[in-house]
Amino acid sequence: MNAALAIIALVTVGSAAAAMLGRNLLRSILMLAVSWAGAAAFYLWAGAQFVAFAQVLVYLGAISMVALFAVLLTRQSRDEPAAAPAARRRGVLAVAAAAAVAAVLLWAVKKTPLPVAWRPVPSTTVRELGAQLMGRHGAALLVVGVLLTIALIGGVVLASDRAYEKPEDKP
Amino acid sequence: MNTLQLCLAFSSVLFAVGLAGALARSNAILVLLGLELMLNAANLNFIAFWRFSPAPSAATGVIFVLFSISIAAAEAAVGLALVIAIYRRKRSIRLPDATHLKG
Repeated sequence: MNAALAIIALVTVGSAAAAMLGRNLLRSILMLAVSWAGAAAFYLWAGAQFVAFAQVLVYLGAISMVALFAVLLTRQSRDEPAAAPAARRRGVLAVAAAAAVAAVLLWAVKKTPLPVAWRPVPSTTVRELGAQLMGRHGAALLVVGVLLTIALIGGVVLASDRAYEKPEDKP
Repeated sequence: MNTLQLCLAFSSVLFAVGLAGALARSNAILVLLGLELMLNAANLNFIAFWRFSPAPSAATGVIFVLFSISIAAAEAAVGLALVIAIYRRKRSIRLPDATHLKG
């Protein structure tokens, strides 16, 4: 069981690291898609099929496509220019900060006594999930729906041409 | 380390990779995707605790993750719209070029 987890973790973290290191933006996004697929595999491994489905639908289907569109719309040159010294220094600092965060998190995970309950995979049918979402969590579901609507309308307004048509704004 | 701790270690490392990317890259799209990676790592934690901790209710972790995924989607939509808006104005999506609000 842990071997499968190790493979999933290696693929996910490896492709995420490759995406964050790569110079080519399109390739980075494709590697991130692999990483999100790895997360979906983790959900399947843990027995949360519906979440894996949502992950594939939202991350692989929607977010990676939107990111690809953003890349194509804002494209200037194939690759990023070579890193300037300031950018390189910032990169070193960023990796150091991330390594420190990872060290603290791993230390906390190792030190905390976390009992594992070996019970059968909790069976959550889609029917149960739907009943819970519409019943106990109905208010939260409505709030999320409103949030998504507002966010999407805001996105359209931000990205539309009309936001910049004021004459005094012209450079 | 037991299985739960392995899962948590996995998500910690994924979080750190996303953090390094978000801090180091100067391309706005990659910074945004690094943030998405961090959110994803948090989702992995929800599922790990739901699966392996002693007595959760039947679907709590799953519902947490569903809400978290929808918020991540909203964030990506607004973030990428901002990227396009910055590009319209500056003809560049490099964050060091976007210093309008810097005093």
